[in-house]
Amino acid sequence: MTDSQWPVWEVFVQANPGISHKHVGNVHAVDAEMAIQNARDVYTRRSEGISIWVVPANAISASSPEDQGAFFEPSNDKPYRHPTFYKIPEGVKYL
Amino acid sequence: MTLQEAKFEYLLRLGDSSLIIGHRLSEWCGHGPILEEDIALINIALDFVGNATSLLEYAGKVEGKGRNEDDLAFMRGEREYRNLLITEQPNGDYANTIARQFLFDAHMFFLYEELKNSKDETIAAIAVKSHKEITYHLRHTSQWMLRLGDGTAESHTRLQNAVNELWMFTSELFDMDEVDAILIKEGIVPDLTKVKAAWEKQVNEVFAEATLTVPETKFKQKGSKEGKHSEHLGFLLAEMQYVHRSFPDAKW
Repeated sequence: MTDSQWPVWEVFVQANPGISHKHVGNVHAVDAEMAIQNARDVYTRRSEGISIWVVPANAISASSPEDQGAFFEPSNDKPYRHPTFYKIPEGVKYL
Repeated sequence: MTLQEAKFEYLLRLGDSSLIIGHRLSEWCGHGPILEEDIALINIALDFVGNATSLLEYAGKVEGKGRNEDDLAFMRGEREYRNLLITEQPNGDYANTIARQFLFDAHMFFLYEELKNSKDETIAAIAVKSHKEITYHLRHTSQWMLRLGDGTAESHTRLQNAVNELWMFTSELFDMDEVDAILIKEGIVPDLTKVKAAWEKQVNEVFAEATLTVPETKFKQKGSKEGKHSEHLGFLLAEMQYVHRSFPDAKW
């Protein structure tokens, strides 16, 4: 099925200074400027953020579901890769 | 005319323009050309209604006859309304709405920029809050002017036609009368000559980039300051005021 609407842009919003932009959804728009404005209206009306990124959805390359076994399962039995032996200093919130 | 009367009248002019254009935009709810734009327009509509609420509430206080913002919004007829004629013009197609909105937003942007320095603290505070919202409105409508004006042959024609039709309402944006004179003298409101120059510059720039022609129409439509409106306002008020007038003391 073809999409009769404008191109899709993925939207990333930064909630506070210093933390990473988080994917929140997507919008349709004719270009980047309008995508940012649409994202502002759809995703930041309730003080959710201080910065917006938009990325053309077709610019994102994704791993495919068939890769799941080869990509992710080998790490299941390697708990030593998790930094569980470190103590997180008090006051560090977004590690 | 006393200072108090002039201030009341001026607050009605500002408040009514915001209320009526906000109501016009709200008519797009659920009918926007695309979901995102529908949401954007209704956001903008809500900003206008919020701004109108503050202004009419203050107008009621200045008047001192016990009328609140709801009384002023819902219990006045069209001859008592002081909104600019451009604000009550029908939505038409999307080009009509964008053209009307852009011409008005640019006016409001420069007017409120001046009102931020008002010697009346309440007006200054309302202007500071609203100016941030208007900055976004103007950015949004300017972008649409460029995209429709410099878009396809059809979008260009529709937008140029819309601008041509609305042009006769633009000179009224800068008309001044006794009310203005009294308030300008007190440093409460700006002289609109300055606002007009800034508006013309902005409009000319956006029109040039959007490949639009500034209409040469000399015909000017005015009357809102005396409550003389186009035929459209009565229908708008009938819809907007119906529920309140049917159930005047309803609480919800």
